[in-house]
Amino acid sequence: MRPFGYLAPAGPAAAVALVAGRPGAAFLAGGTNLVDLMKLGVAAPDLLVDVTGLLPDGIEDTDEGGDGGQGSGLRIGAGVRNSDLAADPRVRAGYPALAQAVLAGASGQLRNMATVGGNLLQRTRCLYFQDVTKPCNKRAPGSGCPARSGEHRNLAILGGSPHCAATHPSDMAVALAALDAVVHVHGTAGPRAVPLSGLYRRPGGEPDRETTLARGDLITAVEIPALAYARNSAYRKVRDRASYAFGVVSVAAALDVDGGVVRQARLALGAVAPLPWRARAAERVLAGRPATAEWFGRAADAELAAADPLPGNAFKVTLARNVMVRVLSELAGAAS
Amino acid sequence: MTTDDQTSGPLTLRVNGSAYQLRLDYRTTVLDALREHLGLTGTKKGCDHGQCGACTVLADGRRVNSCLLLAVAARGAEITTIEGLASPDGLHPLQAAFVARDALQCGYCTPGQICSAAAMLGEAAAGWPSAASASLIPEIPQAGPVTLDAAEIRERMSGNLCRCGAYVNILAAILDVAGDMARAEEAR
Repeated sequence: MRPFGYLAPAGPAAAVALVAGRPGAAFLAGGTNLVDLMKLGVAAPDLLVDVTGLLPDGIEDTDEGGDGGQGSGLRIGAGVRNSDLAADPRVRAGYPALAQAVLAGASGQLRNMATVGGNLLQRTRCLYFQDVTKPCNKRAPGSGCPARSGEHRNLAILGGSPHCAATHPSDMAVALAALDAVVHVHGTAGPRAVPLSGLYRRPGGEPDRETTLARGDLITAVEIPALAYARNSAYRKVRDRASYAFGVVSVAAALDVDGGVVRQARLALGAVAPLPWRARAAERVLAGRPATAEWFGRAADAELAAADPLPGNAFKVTLARNVMVRVLSELAGAAS
Repeated sequence: MTTDDQTSGPLTLRVNGSAYQLRLDYRTTVLDALREHLGLTGTKKGCDHGQCGACTVLADGRRVNSCLLLAVAARGAEITTIEGLASPDGLHPLQAAFVARDALQCGYCTPGQICSAAAMLGEAAAGWPSAASASLIPEIPQAGPVTLDAAEIRERMSGNLCRCGAYVNILAAILDVAGDMARAEEAR
């Protein structure tokens, strides 16, 4: 590991200035991904700016109120540990998909360390990205992608490019995508809000550029808008082991059903794309349709029409369809 | 605390109730500080990548992978290792249960298993849910401790691997202690 300096500034503005002004600097939060990548030689910062002491680490009601019974949204500090987020009674009752997604990821130890902000910005677990002896367009732009002809069973079927088929590994971000989360960012020009749907970039010809954040931008909070029917939401993760494994396919869904008819649905897919994949095509099919397995299947097919799998992961298309139908059917059953 | 070009510095680590003044390269993890600088070799280095759980210690009572925790970032924390778990009167109940149940073969993962289980019992007592379904269903009252059955313990302990495959007896040992705690709580 390359030697590095260490600073723990008192406030976000100082932290942002430090990282913005030094190309080799990186923010350190829980460290569960960054320290590992430093050991692997994938990341080699020359200065760590520890933000754990300055990030908000509480969960607050946004108290929107008076908006048709939607209730209150939540503002989650970027320093909140994953385990505290999943244990929060408001999250468990109001947004069960989010609690389930967080608990579907990593281990008890890692969830105690990992922060909400860091979770959003964790890097892909593609084997070639993590192995510095192999080419990888994301880690070493222009070096090539051995995954296309090599090990790609668990890579993307949606949103990839000929240059990169890596998947975003987060479970939490999939639920947040379905819930229309907004990310609060402190940058060199001060604070601003970015919708989660605008945080991530598709790889295109620049798979090394994963987000729309600028150097020095620091995520300080994640806000979930009030959404009454998020109480009827769920996260389902299919993986190679029963626990403590990255997903093969995952689905976050929330369903608003009235009299057997879908009023609105929220749907997002994980482990199938370079970013948490909001399934808007499927949502459009579902609105106003019967809450039946047949229509859930049609919605899934509409979303997966754009799938472009590699030879070794074509099974994910069928799997994603089946998991979407299953989760939506269970939510429809719970609502009736 | 430093200028940004220094790559090492003085820091205080608090471990098992004692404060240690160290001068460390900032690359040093809590795991390496314990083993290489403090002589506390009970905590084990398995994968060194946060995947196996052998290095599990408690930081302010919470279980963490000490191989991914930089010592400089842990200078405000109270670290508890396997050496600090027992009381002067005898073994921690989990240590005794692991002996009674023969919950190990080579023993390399055992300190991590026991530290992890000690914190896990506290998490369940505090009502923290897990991906084992029962404690996550929103309709189930959220206040109060989670009852730990075999499925809950398997899920909650999935961050601790045992390459000898002593899982059956590890599970039995933890179930014993969880049951004792539940009975003690009922008797109060």
